[in-house]
Amino acid sequence: MAKTHDEDAFVAFERVQKSYDGETLVVKDLNLTLPKGEFLTMLGPSGSGKTTCLMMLAGFETATHGEIKIDGVSINNIPPHKRGIGMVFQNYALFPHMTIAENLAFPLEVRKIGKSDREAKVKRALDMVEMGNFGGRRPAQLSGGQQQRVALARALVFEPELVLMDEPLGALDKQLREKMQFEITHLAHELGITTVYVTHDQTEALTMSDRVAVFDDGRIQQIAPPDELYENPQNSFVAQFIGENNTLQGVVKKISGNACIVQLDSGEEIDAMPVNVNKVGDRTTVSIRPERVEFDKSRLHADAHTLKAEVLEFIYMGDIFRTRLRVAGNDEFIIKTRNAPDQVRLKPGQQIEIGWLPEDCRALDA
Amino acid sequence: MSDVTQDGPVLAADGTPLKKSLARALRVEKLRALALIAPLLIFVLVSFIIPIGSMLFRSVENQIVGNTLPNTVARLNAWEADDDALPPEPVFEAMYYDMFNAAEAKRHTRLGSRLNYEASGMSSLFRQSGRKLDDLGKDYLKDMRAINAGWGQAGPWYELMSGGEGAEADRDFSKLAVGRISRLEETVLKPAEAFAPSVEIVALLPKTAEAYTSFAVYEGLVEGRDVATRKPWETVYPALVQDLKAADVSGFTGAGADMLKELAGNIGQFEAPNFTQVMAEVDDDWSNPETWSLIKAHSGKYTNGYFLNAIDMQRTPDGAEMQPENKRVLLTLFKRTLYMSLAITGMCVLLAYPVAWILANLPARSANMLMILVLLPFWTSLLVRTSAWKVMLQQQGVINDVLVWLGFLADDDRLIIINNATGTIIAMTHILLPFMILPMYSVMQTIQPTYLRAAKSLGATNWTAFWRVYFPQSVPGIGAGSILVFILAIGYYITPEIVGGTKGVFISNRIAYHISSSLNWGLAAALGTILLAVVLVLYWAYDKIVGIDNVKLG
Repeated sequence: MAKTHDEDAFVAFERVQKSYDGETLVVKDLNLTLPKGEFLTMLGPSGSGKTTCLMMLAGFETATHGEIKIDGVSINNIPPHKRGIGMVFQNYALFPHMTIAENLAFPLEVRKIGKSDREAKVKRALDMVEMGNFGGRRPAQLSGGQQQRVALARALVFEPELVLMDEPLGALDKQLREKMQFEITHLAHELGITTVYVTHDQTEALTMSDRVAVFDDGRIQQIAPPDELYENPQNSFVAQFIGENNTLQGVVKKISGNACIVQLDSGEEIDAMPVNVNKVGDRTTVSIRPERVEFDKSRLHADAHTLKAEVLEFIYMGDIFRTRLRVAGNDEFIIKTRNAPDQVRLKPGQQIEIGWLPEDCRALDA
Repeated sequence: MSDVTQDGPVLAADGTPLKKSLARALRVEKLRALALIAPLLIFVLVSFIIPIGSMLFRSVENQIVGNTLPNTVARLNAWEADDDALPPEPVFEAMYYDMFNAAEAKRHTRLGSRLNYEASGMSSLFRQSGRKLDDLGKDYLKDMRAINAGWGQAGPWYELMSGGEGAEADRDFSKLAVGRISRLEETVLKPAEAFAPSVEIVALLPKTAEAYTSFAVYEGLVEGRDVATRKPWETVYPALVQDLKAADVSGFTGAGADMLKELAGNIGQFEAPNFTQVMAEVDDDWSNPETWSLIKAHSGKYTNGYFLNAIDMQRTPDGAEMQPENKRVLLTLFKRTLYMSLAITGMCVLLAYPVAWILANLPARSANMLMILVLLPFWTSLLVRTSAWKVMLQQQGVINDVLVWLGFLADDDRLIIINNATGTIIAMTHILLPFMILPMYSVMQTIQPTYLRAAKSLGATNWTAFWRVYFPQSVPGIGAGSILVFILAIGYYITPEIVGGTKGVFISNRIAYHISSSLNWGLAAALGTILLAVVLVLYWAYDKIVGIDNVKLG
C-alpha cells in the first residue's frame, strides 16, 4: 500500500470515497500518491472504480468524502476548467466541427493566448505527434490512430503538468496499439509530465507504467512497479488478473518462515511460499505462473514435492509451446515452454511429473 | 470470372461484356425492389403528384372563355380592343349564337362567374342575357308560322335539314359541331352517332345548318333525345332569315323545298337581324366597349390573370397593372404569412432548445416520460387545442383573469391577445413546438457528453464549452426543425382561422376562401403555386447558405 502522506507527492488522494446512489460505495477509502513525472496506470475490470477515480481527479465527479490534492492544494472545489489537467478520452472527443488545427488551438484560445503564439504552439504540438501536415483536416477524415495522436497533442498543447488518459487506445487494432503505447510513454517521459492512465488491458499496464495500481471492488488491491506486480502478486485477485496463472486450492499444512507445505484438496502436498497465509489450517489458493512449472526432474530440488500430471493438449504457438495438463483434478493447468532446439514436445496422453521452486508458488488468500 | 482482353471491355466468362452481364444479374433484384415500392409510388403519384400538377395547371388554365364562346373569341381576335368603339357586327352575331347555345347548355352562368373575378357585374350580365335571348327567334317564328305552320314543328325542320332519305350527309360539318358542344360540356361526345345535315343544305343555308346542328347534337348526344321529334332552338329563325336574304333557293329540290321556297318568296317582309341592337336591348352593358375589351383580354386558352390577381395586379387590354388601392390585400397577406411564420419558427427555436437539451441529457427513463408530455398534444385534436387557446387568450379568458387577479392589469385594461397576430403566433408556436423538439432531440442525442467534458478539461468555462462545442453540433437539429416548422407554418390554416381574427389570418385562409366560398379556383391555385414557389426558393436558399446535408432528423 502507498504511503498516505508523502512530502514529494504531486497528486494525492486522501481517504477518498465515492457513492452515486447513497447506498453503495464505488470507491472505498482510496489513498494514493503520485510523485511528479510518474506514469501511473490504474488497472482493473470494469466497475472496479478506476474510471470514477480518474473523473474525480479531472473534476467531472465530486468525491463523496475525502480530499484530492494537487501540489498540496485541495482541488475538491475547483471546477474542471480551472484545474489545468490535460485529458485524453476513450473516443478521442475531437470536436467534429473544427479542423485539427482549430481543435488544438481551442485550449489556447480559451486561455487567451495571442494568435502568433498560438499558431507556433499548435504547430509544435502537431509536429510532436508527427501530424504536422494534417492541421487543415477534419477529425472525420483521419484514421483512428491519427485521431488518437491529435487527441494526445490537444491534451498536451497547453503544457499541463498532469495528463489523464481514459483507455485511449481501446479502439485501435493490436499493432497500432503497441506502437502508440511506446510513443505515449516516450512522450510522457520526454516532457516530464505526470500521467494517470486508465486501462483494463494488463499488457498495456505492464509495458507502459512506472507503477500500476490494480483496482477491484472500489479498492486498490496492489500498487507496485510492473515486475513486482507480476512476480509478487499480493493476493489471488492480482495474481489472477495480471498475466496467466494456474491456481490450486488447499490447506496450509506446515509453515516455516519463507516456505510452507500446502495439502491440496485432492490430497497431494506441494511446496509454496506463504504470502497472505499465517497459520497451519488456513485455506489458501496457490498460484504458479505457467512458465515456472518444471517437468524435467533434474531442474528441481532433490527434496521438492512433485505432482502427477496427464497431458491433455499440446498447442504450438511459434515462440512458445503451451501444454494443457490435468493436475490434481484441475483440467485447465497450463504450462509454457520456450521453443528451443532441445525442448521436449509433450504428447497428449503422456503421464509426467511436475514441480516448481517453492518461491515460484505463492500461497495466497482463499 | 472475368477476363481482361488487351484493348476491349472486360468480358465475363461466357464472352459477354462484364457490364452487360452484371446489369442482367441485377435486373431481377431491381425489378423486385421496384415491385416493393410500387404501391407507395402509385399512391404518391395518384394522391400527390397528379393533384399538385392539376392545381398548377388550373392556375393558368382559361379554356372556359374559348369553349363557351368559340366563334365570338375567334372574331374578337381580329378586333383591336378600344375603350371607345364597339366591336363590329359579326362579333355581336357570334356572341348571340354562342351565348344562346351556352344558355341552352346552362354553361353561360359559369362563364359569368369566371369573368366576374375580373370585373364585378359580369355574372349578372351573363345570367340575365341568357334568359332574354329567346325573344328575337320567337318574333321571327311568329311571322314564319303565319306563312307556313310547319316552321314551328319538329318534323319539317328535321326533313329539311337532313335532306330526307338518301341525301348525302355532311359528316365533317357535324364533327365540328360535336367538337364545339364537347368543349362546352367538357365531355367527350362521339361524332359517329351525331346528327349530320345534308351537304346540299350546308351549302345553301350555312348559318341555319350550323344553328340547327348545334341544337341537334346537344339534344341527341347530351340529352339523348330523338332529334326528329324536337322543335329546334330559336336560333334557327334569325339564321334562316340571314341565309335566305343571301341565298338563291330556286334551284333547291331536296326535302322541304316547297316550304323553303314559299318562305324565300316572302323574305322581303322579314328584316335582317341587327345583332348589335339585339344585344343592346338584352342588356345595356353589351353596348359598353369595356365589356368587350374585358372578354377579349381574358379570351386566351391560358392566362396569367390569376397570377397577376394573386399579387394584387390585374390584366387589362393594355397589359398588367396594379389593382386599385382598395382592392389590394393579397401581397399584404403574403408578407404577413412570411414574417409571422418566421416569428413562429424563431419562438419555437427558443422554446424547444432547452427542452430538447433536457430530453437528450436525462436518463432514458425520465426522458421517455418527458417525451410523452411533448407528444401529448399530437394525440389531441388540432381543433380542440386551438379552441382551448381561444378559452385561454380571450379578454375574459384564463390568462387575462389571472393577470387581473394578480393585480398586473386593471380590469378595464385587459390584454387583446386573440383575434390578432399575437394570438396566431402564440397558438401556432404551441402547436408546432413538437416538430421543433423532435429533430433537435434526435440530433442532440448523438452529441456525446464527452465533447463537453473535453472542452472543460481543455479550460473552457461552461458557457464557452456550450457555445463553441455543443451548440455548433446541434445546429443541424435547429436547421431541420426550423425548415419543418416554417414550411408547416407557412401553409397553416385552421389555427389562424380560429384565433387569427382579421389581422392574424394567413394566405392559406384566403386560398380556402377562394376554394370553398368564392369558387375562384384559378386564383386559389395561383396563390398555392406562389406559396409552393416561395417555399422552394427558401429551401434552395437554405441549401446554399446552411447546406441541406447539414440537416438531420436523427
